[in-house]
Amino acid sequence: MKYAFYPGCSLEVNAAAYDVSVRAVARVLGVELVELDDWNCCGATEYFSQDELTACAVIARNLALVEPSMNQLTAPCAACFLNLKKVDRLMAEHPDLGGKINEALAAGGLHYDPGRVRVRHLLEVIHTDVGEEAIKAKVVRPLTGLRVAPYYGCQVVRPYKDVDDPEYPVKMDELFRWLGAEVVDYPVKSHCCGGHMTQISEPEAFELIRRLLQSALEYDTDVIACLCPMCQLNMDAYQSRVNGMFNTSFHIPVLYFTQLLGLALGVPEKDLGFGKEIVSAGPVIHAKLAAC
Amino acid sequence: MAERVGVYVCHCGSNIAGMVDCEAVARWAKENVSDVAVSRDYKFMCSSLGQAMIEEDIRKEGLTRVVVAACSPHLHEKTFRRACSNAGLNPYLMQMCNIREHVSWVAQERDPATEKAKSLISAAVARVKRQEPLEPMKVGVNPRTLVVGGGIAGLQATLELADAGYPVVLVERSPSIGGHMAQFDKTFPTLDCSACILTPKMSEAYQHENVTLYSYAELEEVSGSVGAFKVRIRKRARSVREDLCTGCGACIEKCPRKVVDNDFEVGLGYRKAIYMPFPQAVPKIPVIDRENCTWFQRGKCRVCEKMCQPGAIDYDQQDEIIELDVGNIILATGWKLFDCRKIPQYGYGRLANVFTNMEFERLCNAAGPTSGKIVLRDGKTEPRSVAIVHCVGSRDKNHNEHCSAVCCMAALKFGHLVLEKTGAEVYSFYIDMRTNQKMYEEFYCRLLEEGMHFIRGRVAEITDAARMPGEEGKLIIQCEDTLLGRQRRIPVDMVILMGALEPQADAKELGLKCGISCSMAGWYTERHPKLDPVATMTDGVFVAGACQGAKDIPAAVAQGAAAAARVMGMITKGTVEIEPVVASIDEEGCSGCRICNNMCPYNAIEYDAGRNVSRVITALCKGCGTCVAACPAGVITGSHFNNEQIGAEIEGILWDARAAAGRGAAAAV
Ligand SMILES: Cc1cc2nc3c(=O)[nH]c(=O)nc-3n(C[C@H](O)[C@H](O)[C@H](O)COP(=O)(O)OP(=O)(O)OC[C@H]3O[C@@H](n4cnc5c(N)ncnc54)[C@H](O)[C@@H]3O)c2cc1C
Ligand code: SF4
Ligand code: SF4
Repeated sequence: MKYAFYPGCSLEVNAAAYDVSVRAVARVLGVELVELDDWNCCGATEYFSQDELTACAVIARNLALVEPSMNQLTAPCAACFLNLKKVDRLMAEHPDLGGKINEALAAGGLHYDPGRVRVRHLLEVIHTDVGEEAIKAKVVRPLTGLRVAPYYGCQVVRPYKDVDDPEYPVKMDELFRWLGAEVVDYPVKSHCCGGHMTQISEPEAFELIRRLLQSALEYDTDVIACLCPMCQLNMDAYQSRVNGMFNTSFHIPVLYFTQLLGLALGVPEKDLGFGKEIVSAGPVIHAKLAAC
Repeated sequence: MAERVGVYVCHCGSNIAGMVDCEAVARWAKENVSDVAVSRDYKFMCSSLGQAMIEEDIRKEGLTRVVVAACSPHLHEKTFRRACSNAGLNPYLMQMCNIREHVSWVAQERDPATEKAKSLISAAVARVKRQEPLEPMKVGVNPRTLVVGGGIAGLQATLELADAGYPVVLVERSPSIGGHMAQFDKTFPTLDCSACILTPKMSEAYQHENVTLYSYAELEEVSGSVGAFKVRIRKRARSVREDLCTGCGACIEKCPRKVVDNDFEVGLGYRKAIYMPFPQAVPKIPVIDRENCTWFQRGKCRVCEKMCQPGAIDYDQQDEIIELDVGNIILATGWKLFDCRKIPQYGYGRLANVFTNMEFERLCNAAGPTSGKIVLRDGKTEPRSVAIVHCVGSRDKNHNEHCSAVCCMAALKFGHLVLEKTGAEVYSFYIDMRTNQKMYEEFYCRLLEEGMHFIRGRVAEITDAARMPGEEGKLIIQCEDTLLGRQRRIPVDMVILMGALEPQADAKELGLKCGISCSMAGWYTERHPKLDPVATMTDGVFVAGACQGAKDIPAAVAQGAAAAARVMGMITKGTVEIEPVVASIDEEGCSGCRICNNMCPYNAIEYDAGRNVSRVITALCKGCGTCVAACPAGVITGSHFNNEQIGAEIEGILWDARAAAGRGAAAAV
């Protein structure tokens, strides 16, 4: 199994734990990730509101960089994934725009034909392509007794409906069940974490984060599993500020799903970026997993 | 002698004339198509004046063939055939040419549309000249009718026919007749008790001297055609002998095996392994659910056998196959409920106090699992607030586009019952309130006065994630109130999802057996949506009730009666004419290879061993042409569709290619 790989900027710094754990689990599962040579930032969400053509061209450059021998590109970050997928579709649906983008790419000697590359989120690759059987066969340290709340957020499941159920996604739930964890079926798993709203209006953003943490707490969660650096940052790094604002005492570790997957596959904790999170996951994980 | 062809181009008001230059086409035909003696255009060919025009031309101009370029033959072939007959011309010497559905309705530009109309007319003229006079065959109509489905629509059809003195065979899949109506408590808008108006009809049908009921049975196969169908019914083994059982229920009482009843009680109640769906079931004869019976599964028990005094329990009973001749078939197989789990954000199956509409019907029902008490899933707590969510799986591009037509009214009915029985607050979340039948709007107004709350907007989510004080421990309905123009969150104790009415899962399969088709959504297709709503494209097969589209009880009953009336008309007439479009085998050339025998989907070919030839049984042949293509000796001819006629039609359609190439079109083909 071979995929072109677009790590995205977050994975270089704040989501370094995602980066190492993605690469570690890919190795164990036999997924070959070929990192794009000289990839550039996807522009996140902001660029689109400034100038659509430039935003698209910046993203399309990454699609154009996928080697001709490969036809699938995977990204671990929800925003990068959506941007790449969206631009591929926009180019297919609006040939005018596609033409202009290709004019821009031509300046760098590049060209992209929409539809050539299938953009996949890493969760799909692991859940659907690697699949239940292969994963179960490689579990050496089941997550028995650990109550994991999968958190999907928005961009992997919406607006496109082909990755999972857009309103009530289940693929991460299934994955954690294969790993032996107790999956928390809580109602807000695909509600918004606020994204970059923390930079614009803290009260609004913190309220959104509070709702997620509150629901996870009510459902007796040991750890929240994320598939996006933004979501992880919001729920983890702002957790104490949320506590301050609402007079709450949340203390819920927030990890990347690949970190927990790696743990189950027997990858040593130190190779999975554990300890980089702000609300430390170590205590609850050791307590729960040592018990059995 | 050359034929004299009359060509008649219809404007169909502006339906055709709006896109095709009908006058020019008519003129062109007269001037350019050989053997056209008369060619006219007219606003409405199907009107009496239009028909009279054709008849007069046949008489005065001595026409020997007629081509009508108008709408689909499905609509008016009969009309124009009759006109020809009236004027003494064999009706099979008339050919229709569809320049409405096939041209004007699908074209976007006038010139090419006009050219296409010319091609089709040229083809029709070429073909009609080679058509032969045929005589329709007369077949006697067997007065016995098969009704499939014993819901209210099927019961109505059955009783109408039986009361008129004709024999009816009623086949019902479940152990009892009654359909969905048997599960309801009250019926809108009058709130009369469902059982009180339904059960008398059930027992009347069962006891009627003219009705034979096969319950727990299914239609397996249909052959033959209108007037003389042959049907095969599989009567599933009940494991109880109907001739001996007295319906005392001793077996049920003593059966030690209790299972959740997912059928009649929609999972809210229990039944025994030997059961009747409900106490008023008709027939009042139990059935053993073999999958859950201890004897069938583990080879122990046989308690029911010991309890049964008349000795009716029969563990070895086998399915029975019944073969019958009937003249007509009425399908009244009803609807099934949308699976509300398909909208996971509404929480059905996950949040205990989210109920479906059918579950709620059982909760309200005095004979139901809670004896009519409206309580939460715990079986005891009365809700203090109830939300009713409309259009669950209806009017939703992700599931069904159609409006289920009855759920707005059922929601009002539920609102009334909740207010009457509990005094809880009731909220309806609707998109549009659809109360457009007699006394329905009045019922809506009544509920407004009774204090039911109405919030206009599609529900986004039902959640137990409390956000604000007052929401803890409740189900919260999140929705956009489109009248207030803002988001609202309403905490309630109980939610009722008004799930959509959908076509039965096996509707398509059953339709195929009877030779009728379904719409894209899966409802049976009627012959004409306005003018012929209970007939189908297959003569002798009728549809009634919710299998033709979601509808309420009054509409289902009206259709049941209408279908019965159509059948009675045919029985009274005594004979039907069937299309003489059949295959025939030239016995001289037949080698007796019998390849065609097995090919025929209608088993209409028999083999005469004495003379070593195959022969078509005309009464069974549908003229499909399979054998024509299969015969290695090429000695089977399909009348009205022979090679010469079809070749001529192709040649005709290519008239302009011939002009362009300057040589015979046949060569070009
Ligand atoms: C919650 C709810 C409440 C409602 N309340 C009302 C109300 O108060 N008033 C009102 O007017 N309408 C009401 N309706 C609508 C009502 O249910 C329908 O109008 C009615 O059921 C239609 O009757 P039917 O005979 O066409 O179909 P059904 O009632 O569905 O009966 C069909 C019968 O055919 C049988 N069958 C199916 N397939 C086969 C097969 N292949 N072979 C043999 N038998 C088969 C079934 O077992 C069933 O017995 C309500 C609907 C809902 C969902
Ligand atoms: S044999 Fe089956 S149906 Fe009869 S009493 Fe036992 S479990 Fe019930
Ligand atoms: S009847 Fe009312 S609730 Fe039912 S689908 Fe139509 S609009 Fe929706």
